[in-house]
Amino acid sequence: MMRADRGLGLALRYLAAVLVTAFFLFPIYWLLAISFKTPDEIFAYPPVWVPGSLQLSNYQVLFKDGDYVTVVNSLVVAGISTVLAMTLGTMCAYSIARFRTGGDDFALWIISNRMIPPIVIVFPVFLLYVRLGWVDTYVGLIVLYTAFSLPYVIWMMRGYIQDVPLELEESALVDGCSRWQVFTRIVLPVARGGLFATAVFTFVFAWNDFVFALVLTRNAVTTFPVQVTHYFGGQSNFWAKIAAMSALGTVPIFIVVATLQRFIVRGISLGAVKG
Amino acid sequence: MAVTSAPRVEVAHAPPRSRGVGDRGFRYAMIAPAVVVILLIGLFPLVYTLIVSAQNITMMEEDTSFHGLMHYRALLADTRFWQAVLHTLLFLVIALPAQLVLGLLLALLFLERMPGKQVFVALLVLPVVTSPIIAGALWRLLFDNRFGPINQILSWLVGGEVTILWTVNPGFVYPAILIAEIWQWTPFMFLLLLAALASVDQSLTEAAKLDGAGFWTTFFRVTLPIIKPVVWIALLIRGLDLFRLFDVVWGLTQGGPGTMTETVSIYAYVLAFKQFETSYAAALAVVIIVLLSAAVMWALRRVEIAR
Repeated sequence: MMRADRGLGLALRYLAAVLVTAFFLFPIYWLLAISFKTPDEIFAYPPVWVPGSLQLSNYQVLFKDGDYVTVVNSLVVAGISTVLAMTLGTMCAYSIARFRTGGDDFALWIISNRMIPPIVIVFPVFLLYVRLGWVDTYVGLIVLYTAFSLPYVIWMMRGYIQDVPLELEESALVDGCSRWQVFTRIVLPVARGGLFATAVFTFVFAWNDFVFALVLTRNAVTTFPVQVTHYFGGQSNFWAKIAAMSALGTVPIFIVVATLQRFIVRGISLGAVKG
Repeated sequence: MAVTSAPRVEVAHAPPRSRGVGDRGFRYAMIAPAVVVILLIGLFPLVYTLIVSAQNITMMEEDTSFHGLMHYRALLADTRFWQAVLHTLLFLVIALPAQLVLGLLLALLFLERMPGKQVFVALLVLPVVTSPIIAGALWRLLFDNRFGPINQILSWLVGGEVTILWTVNPGFVYPAILIAEIWQWTPFMFLLLLAALASVDQSLTEAAKLDGAGFWTTFFRVTLPIIKPVVWIALLIRGLDLFRLFDVVWGLTQGGPGTMTETVSIYAYVLAFKQFETSYAAALAVVIIVLLSAAVMWALRRVEIAR
């Protein structure tokens, strides 16, 4: 009796789990489905639920028309800004974690910069960039993304560095390592998991951003999220491009994040929940 | 190993800071580059926006003489601004509790042992790491009145043709945006709460059950107080994100029809980059920064985020 109840309970929970997951995945499925559909299938009424074949012409068009360049732009901008932010941010985080440089108020000031709405930041930055000639350039976007990513990197790496056992560092100091050597040869290798996870999330946030790129790009360095919104217009025959471009920009992120399961909760909760 | 000649001294238990002046230079050299770059977003925008907000710059004229609080007074009398505030708060007060409750229910569903649990959790992460503007675009396709699947599903349910114009019809734009928003961020709440629930000491809940407390009594009296810090942090992060809501609305309605779904961020964008009311937009930006900074500093101290 008990056992049967338990089996039934599990079956019900399983059913609920499958239904819920299906609900949350359906929009993503629909996006991928459209990206494989022929124009006739996309504009069929009633809608076609499963594309007839996995034909790739919607993706081929992106490469033929040169739209794929926007994905490359995203890669360059998000990639370089992530490397810069990780370098400067991890150094700063080490100083804060080990020496409490600036105290609690400094740490809070840093993370509070993360919480200013992007539109409020980008507006004066745009006015500045007009004078500098940085609008619609790689340099402009990279500098802004680096600055915006830094508080996150510092905050996250501060937590991961605090997890590094102090004894390791102390014995290295005793062995005659300089502070910088302790940082690069002891702390960074020990915290490499957190380092990698933080880099991936920093990259994802820059990659996914829309507001900064909307304001600061025209056509030379348009990123892929901005490109997707360019397809929206009176004409709806760009659906294939919307879907294919979105998939091109989203699926790689899914794959990378899938390798990070252990770090996800900590990464999205600003380190507040260790997961 | 360039420097290995330093003498071995027994200082293993001395705190690192006792190394004196050399460390002092080191610790400030380490933070300096980052701080300089952060000032680009942490100080420069505030100062520059303050200056511009007191001038009178528009697309037509570059009037850099000072006009005091002119734009701030105009803002207080601007009904479109107050409506944008109202819309933003409306999204906030509906989406935030909905995401919390749904995320909590999901977390409870997945708390106990279940084969394949890791796979479910890994799949439920995906909406969270999707670009919000892509999420908006995605739901725009789903909500399409003719070629989207949602009206199709609804027409199966009601047994007649459904042709709702989700992104145009004033009665449906809010539900459409809220559904997209809740879809994307409920898993965020779920992941945080699941991690929190999993870390609750089982012996406490077992003890409550032995004392005769039911599932919900145990949950509200024992579990919830333990996970409360995580709930606050989740609410803080999502609350701030909702306050600056832009992408999903932009993807679905661009603030329309008319200005019906215009949020504060979208209004600021329109003012600055569509109407080129530079100084007026700056005043709006200052108001947002001041309000938000106060709220953020208060909230950060309150929730003691990751000390």
